[in-house]
Amino acid sequence: MADTRKPAQDFTLRIRRYDPESGEAPTWDQHTIKLEPHRSVLEGILQAKAKFDGSIGIRCSCRAAICGSCGVRINGQPGLACHTHLDKALATAKDGVIEVEPMGNMPIIKDLIVDMDAVHWKKVQRVTPWLLADDENMPEREHVVPRESMIDVTQSMACIQCGACVSDCLSMEVDPLFVGPAALAKAYRFVGDPRDTQHFERLKDLSEDPHGIFDCTHCFKCIEACPKGVAPMNQIMRLRRRASADHGIEDRNNGVRHEHAFTTLVRQGGLLHEAELLPRSYGGDSWFGKFHPNAGQELIDSLPVITKALLRRKVTPGAALKPHRIPKEDLKSIQRISDVIEARDERIELNLYITGYDEETEGAKEPNVAAVAGGGEDGAMPSAPGADPAGRTKE
Amino acid sequence: MKVAYWPGCVSRGFTPELHGSVAKVAPLLDIDLVELDRACCTGAGVIAEHNQELADTYNGRTFALAQQVEGADLMMNICSTCQGAQSESQERLDANAEYRAHVNATIQETDGISYEKGIVNKNFLWLLVEEIGLDALASKVKKPLTDLRVGPFYGCYIVRPTARLGIDDENPRDTYLSKVIEALGGTVVEYAGSHKCCGFPIITMNKTASLKQAGRHLGDAIDADADCVVTPCPLCHLNLDLQQPLAARAAGRELGMPVLHLPQLVGLALGLSPKELGMQRHVVKPTSVVDWSTSVVAGVGGDRGW
Repeated sequence: MADTRKPAQDFTLRIRRYDPESGEAPTWDQHTIKLEPHRSVLEGILQAKAKFDGSIGIRCSCRAAICGSCGVRINGQPGLACHTHLDKALATAKDGVIEVEPMGNMPIIKDLIVDMDAVHWKKVQRVTPWLLADDENMPEREHVVPRESMIDVTQSMACIQCGACVSDCLSMEVDPLFVGPAALAKAYRFVGDPRDTQHFERLKDLSEDPHGIFDCTHCFKCIEACPKGVAPMNQIMRLRRRASADHGIEDRNNGVRHEHAFTTLVRQGGLLHEAELLPRSYGGDSWFGKFHPNAGQELIDSLPVITKALLRRKVTPGAALKPHRIPKEDLKSIQRISDVIEARDERIELNLYITGYDEETEGAKEPNVAAVAGGGEDGAMPSAPGADPAGRTKE
Repeated sequence: MKVAYWPGCVSRGFTPELHGSVAKVAPLLDIDLVELDRACCTGAGVIAEHNQELADTYNGRTFALAQQVEGADLMMNICSTCQGAQSESQERLDANAEYRAHVNATIQETDGISYEKGIVNKNFLWLLVEEIGLDALASKVKKPLTDLRVGPFYGCYIVRPTARLGIDDENPRDTYLSKVIEALGGTVVEYAGSHKCCGFPIITMNKTASLKQAGRHLGDAIDADADCVVTPCPLCHLNLDLQQPLAARAAGRELGMPVLHLPQLVGLALGLSPKELGMQRHVVKPTSVVDWSTSVVAGVGGDRGW
């Protein structure tokens, strides 16, 4: 078989250097290394370290995208240095130079090494990252779990704790106390596991934390950042659904009220009535909700903005008081759809990570490894009660 | 070009100037809008969070209605959040025949219609670049945005997740705002927050964090010397414009950055006045933009065109 590998070529790396103990400001160092294009950015950094500057700080271990220790930002995007080919990195470089920086949202120890303990591991510890089983009713031998249930947590189990999602989390950027995507994905790993006996307690805890599940701003950054397809944001949304729909837990930050108010208002008008949504999100999902003290307080706080908006006719009193609606017949359709779906005993959720794509789909993506490994039937919609995530039984 | 047009809720409610400016700009671009006035809210990601099937059925019904519009080759929306929510539903409906059949059964029962896989649904931004074309757009410009420094603000739903939204080397949709600004003759201002979250989705959950996000991005745009910021998302507009006085307080600095809807910026370049485009409704007066507009038409110091 012919050797199709390309010969070694020059790549220039621009590496961000920073030593907080020195008291000096960060600087950029540039080194040109010679490697085959399919070699990794990590190999490039290590060559620069071996040939030009032994003081470059980089953490790495397995070099096979398993251990998660070489997380960095390459041309502004988070990734594993060992898992990013030099030619791919060059393709996204702005000026022909591959830029390597440490991950964000975590303190820098030196150069490309960040303090994972201070942020990432601390938050993972926060969600009690181990199984809380029923010790009194332990089976004599192994605890047999339905295959479907384990498929459900496969995605969150794929996490290698590299911290790429934490690095890019936009909520953590402004609210460092946010529990964060990696830890919450880890939380779902146990909330989705039938052997764990503390689902309610876990969800209640994360709902009552003012920086818990409803602090996620739904920006998809963690989904893009994750090199393993864990999609932490999706796991956070599942935690929210589990907490509110399955366990009836109200969070501390208006999240559930907002979600219910939104759904109710769309059901009532077909379109969203924004003026009603805000007070209901604060005060409760009913007509009276807007007279709740919390809604009143929010109204008072926002009065200058509301007044200005009214003066500029951005919001008219008519639009604020009278909701815009779709035609009556169509509204009836929307309400029937809502009635039919909400009345079902089972909540259907389709997780494409597991079910994959129809084979006949033009340009179909390959089903994920986990779907194949989990035995998910491509194109099929799992529907057995309890077979998460596609046929979850309401608890 | 005839399109099935989904304006969304906010463009008709809290940002009426957006709906109005699209209606004025479309004919100038030879776009024939057929409004989907029977369709319901996309759920903006919130309904899907409550019940995914409910959101997919609502959106499946909207797609089915769009497919009923005779002569329309595609569907268009003017809200990034609607684009994101609709794309998410469409991905699930198109990917899985059994799920699609299940959702269609509900729509069929209530409306007698069903969604056939594969509708092309594009945000106004994508349509400008991919259907009209940057050269054609530039050829329609009557008042080039010369010397106007514009900071693009994409928001989240129109740039992530890239695979779902078809963003790749061939379709670099995450750069389209810059390309449109350039085609209109303006100067693109790059700044740190252009692709970050405006904070709106958590405005009722964590207001401080939400406003900090908005304030930070606007501050970055000011530091980069932008005259204005432009966004394809009315929800981003609400946090960046409507909430700007509070965002300034959260950011601990003065802001005063005008935030334009994308169709308003296009309309300006096509020769419409700020008043025709409803800019007088903005909470932050777009003085820099109006001054630019006035100076182009009648020299500095003329009628501001409100």
